[in-house]
Amino acid sequence: MNPAFPLVPVRASSVASEVDALFLFILTVTGIAAIGIWIALLYFAIRYRRRSDDERPAEIEGSLLLELTWTIVPFLLMVVMFAWGSKVFFHLNRPPDDAMTVSVVAKRWMWKLQHPTGQREVNELHVPVGRAVKLVITSEDTIHSFYVPAFRIKKDAVPGRYNMAWFQATKTGSYHLFCAEYCGTEHSRMKGTIVVMEPEEYQVWLAGGPAPESPVQLGEKLFTDLNCITCHRMDDAGRGPVLRGIFGRSVKLSSGEQIVADAAYVRESILTPAAKVVAGYQPVMPTFQGQVNEEQILALIAYIESLRIPESAAPGSARPPARTPTSGAPSR
Amino acid sequence: MTSPSQTQTLPADHYLKSGWDLKSWLLTTDHKRIGLMYLVSITLMFAIGSLYAGVVRWNLLVPTGQISAEAYNKAFTAHGVVMVFFFLIPSIPATLGNFLIPLMIGAKDLAFPRINLLSWYIYVIGAALTMWALLTGGLETGWTFYTPYSTVFAESNVAVAAVGIFIAGFSSILTGLNFIVTIHKMRAPGLTWFRLPLFVWAHYATSIIQVLGTPVVAITILLVALERLFHFGFFDPNRGGDPILFQHLFWFYSHPAVYIMILPSMGVISEIVTCFSRKRIFGYSFIAMSSLAIAVIGFLVWAHHMFVTGLSVYSAMVFSALTYLVAVPSAIKTFNWTATLFRGSVQWDTPMIYVFCFIGLFLIGGLTGLFLGNLGTDVHLTDTYFVVAHFHYIMVGGAIMGYLGGLHFWWPKITGRKYVESWGKVSSLLVFVGFNLTFFPQFVLGYLGMPRRYWSYPEEFQILNVLSTAGATILGFGYIFPFSYLTHSVFRGEPAGDNPWGAKGLEWTTQSPPKTHNFDEVPVVDEEPYDYASAPKESVRV
Repeated sequence: MNPAFPLVPVRASSVASEVDALFLFILTVTGIAAIGIWIALLYFAIRYRRRSDDERPAEIEGSLLLELTWTIVPFLLMVVMFAWGSKVFFHLNRPPDDAMTVSVVAKRWMWKLQHPTGQREVNELHVPVGRAVKLVITSEDTIHSFYVPAFRIKKDAVPGRYNMAWFQATKTGSYHLFCAEYCGTEHSRMKGTIVVMEPEEYQVWLAGGPAPESPVQLGEKLFTDLNCITCHRMDDAGRGPVLRGIFGRSVKLSSGEQIVADAAYVRESILTPAAKVVAGYQPVMPTFQGQVNEEQILALIAYIESLRIPESAAPGSARPPARTPTSGAPSR
Repeated sequence: MTSPSQTQTLPADHYLKSGWDLKSWLLTTDHKRIGLMYLVSITLMFAIGSLYAGVVRWNLLVPTGQISAEAYNKAFTAHGVVMVFFFLIPSIPATLGNFLIPLMIGAKDLAFPRINLLSWYIYVIGAALTMWALLTGGLETGWTFYTPYSTVFAESNVAVAAVGIFIAGFSSILTGLNFIVTIHKMRAPGLTWFRLPLFVWAHYATSIIQVLGTPVVAITILLVALERLFHFGFFDPNRGGDPILFQHLFWFYSHPAVYIMILPSMGVISEIVTCFSRKRIFGYSFIAMSSLAIAVIGFLVWAHHMFVTGLSVYSAMVFSALTYLVAVPSAIKTFNWTATLFRGSVQWDTPMIYVFCFIGLFLIGGLTGLFLGNLGTDVHLTDTYFVVAHFHYIMVGGAIMGYLGGLHFWWPKITGRKYVESWGKVSSLLVFVGFNLTFFPQFVLGYLGMPRRYWSYPEEFQILNVLSTAGATILGFGYIFPFSYLTHSVFRGEPAGDNPWGAKGLEWTTQSPPKTHNFDEVPVVDEEPYDYASAPKESVRV
């Protein structure tokens, strides 16, 4: 961080310069507009100041041409801003397919992060430079917001939802991670650091600790330990639906509704199984509320996602799989 | 003010003389007296809100904070709650609007004088309850009451404060209802809709928002209190609720609420700018219709507060587009006010200086809104000091500048007396400089990434925070000045005469201060609004 007197925050991600270019465009347009109006205002106020109390200026009713001009010109400029902004927003919400997934669980007042290879960190995240990182963000308690100014990204951590953000760091170094949604007493101390490293250093860092379990491995273990496997068998003889190949596909519910089996649905099914039962099955599953924490739920989701059948082999996979867990998980 | 007025004396009979005892005030149904009672009440709330702001700025002088985090969180919450619900929302409508709307349309009072008094009592009860909550245990949810924090995690007087705000909401609804009926039914003969002063148009648009929007926030805040007390699952995800639902309901009102604060101020600006350039307003119908456009489109932009909550990309686009659309009518107004000065006869008196301040600052507030309505830049800027700076430029730079300008403009009408003009000029300058020094650095802070509602912050943000606190100190003095010289003028000011500015409008045709029944006979209007050109010269100075 520049300790002196910066006026522009560090740019350290692939989208940062896109956001800044847009920022500069809006700043230029609005700056010219503001200065133009100030000059007109001051010029009129001085040039036409009252010199004698008897002055009776001639009336000017208005001008349709002028009204149309200063309605349409700002409108057109705003259309450009809107379109450009939407383009950047799309980019901010569409991670590349090869992104590595880091799970983020916010909790008053800390950030708990887990790498795809299983390493866990608190308030610190090590990532390789040049590699897209997808963040799957949720919260254990109230709403928080994952904010890295140097990357120009921010996404709320909402309890019960999986929000998505992503970045691709372009510069090694350490960057602030802030909580940007007020969450109570220690809100301003719910901070962390994103450490961007060279890929080789990152590999060294990964190899540093004891070999951890990956989320998929942990999920598989939980799946056995919690006896999920008794009913959700790999053949269709179980009392619950077969989970192989189900993730990201559309399933039919007993209500007749079609729903995509995404992360939010899997989470709901673990915690309130009776809410949306797959057609043809009885609502016999007990709730696991209180028995699994957010991180364990994420591991179970990762395991179920890993049971996905490769595209070519999956029957009826014409529909593109809903990328897990998507931003804007279905709201109810 | 240059008019020689040694010969002026106060009229023998006016509304202030109808009794000085407490009962004559507490049981009055005179809209002018109720306006003054509101003025005293909201000035008190403004002083309290400012003290809390002082605590916030004092704490932020150093990166590690000077008071405890709990105390800081309570201070910024109290500042927001008091300023938004108990000062800004009632400010111009309940004081100047109450006082002036009947005078401007040639009526002797509002349509429902007793409901008008009732709305003041409801306001006082709501304010008292909320203040009690703030002073005994406090509130640390932020003025936005976001769930599930407010319903599950907050350990403070949330329910009591929520009920206080719920009650105060009815005051706002009743005032709005009263204005709508009054403007429809009680206009003087000849005063057609398109001869109405723009101040009245602005209040009409504001009243629509108050009547349609306030019930929504009142219910929402009540749901928060109910979930807190009885553990319903409206918003708590662990009970099957949706915390984001709260944000939709809250902003459905609270974004239009911004227009409740700014539209009346825009009405004030239209009155002052015509009087002090002695010209008809440029584009009357465009200004009038843009108020209505703002009121209507303003109801459809709420989710622009929620772009990073996980809102779907397409609904975010819809709300961004509508947000840009609502910016157009504000731009139209700004251009028209500026054009009104063209070839006018511009007098630099205190009210007009506040108009210059308003246009200059509202412009920054409005234009920085374009960064926040933009999907690409909002992700970085939302929930940072950029937002704090933006809405203070609207609410303080816009709404309060208009309020102060209006107060100075109609002060001679309200009190019958003049304040010392040079003091007015000095204080407007102090307010302008202090305001910019307070809030401009916050734009930079936000762009650099300092989140809002931070009790402590990284060291690299200190210089800008110190500048901001210095500015707030100057701004504080800028507010103390008008309070002192305006109060002084009530007792010692020179009599002002009926129309010291040579202004048009029915309120200036009656005496200052007006009689209890405003006009001796019902005025008949036979001219267009702001008809300064046809005013005979001798009628300009009464």
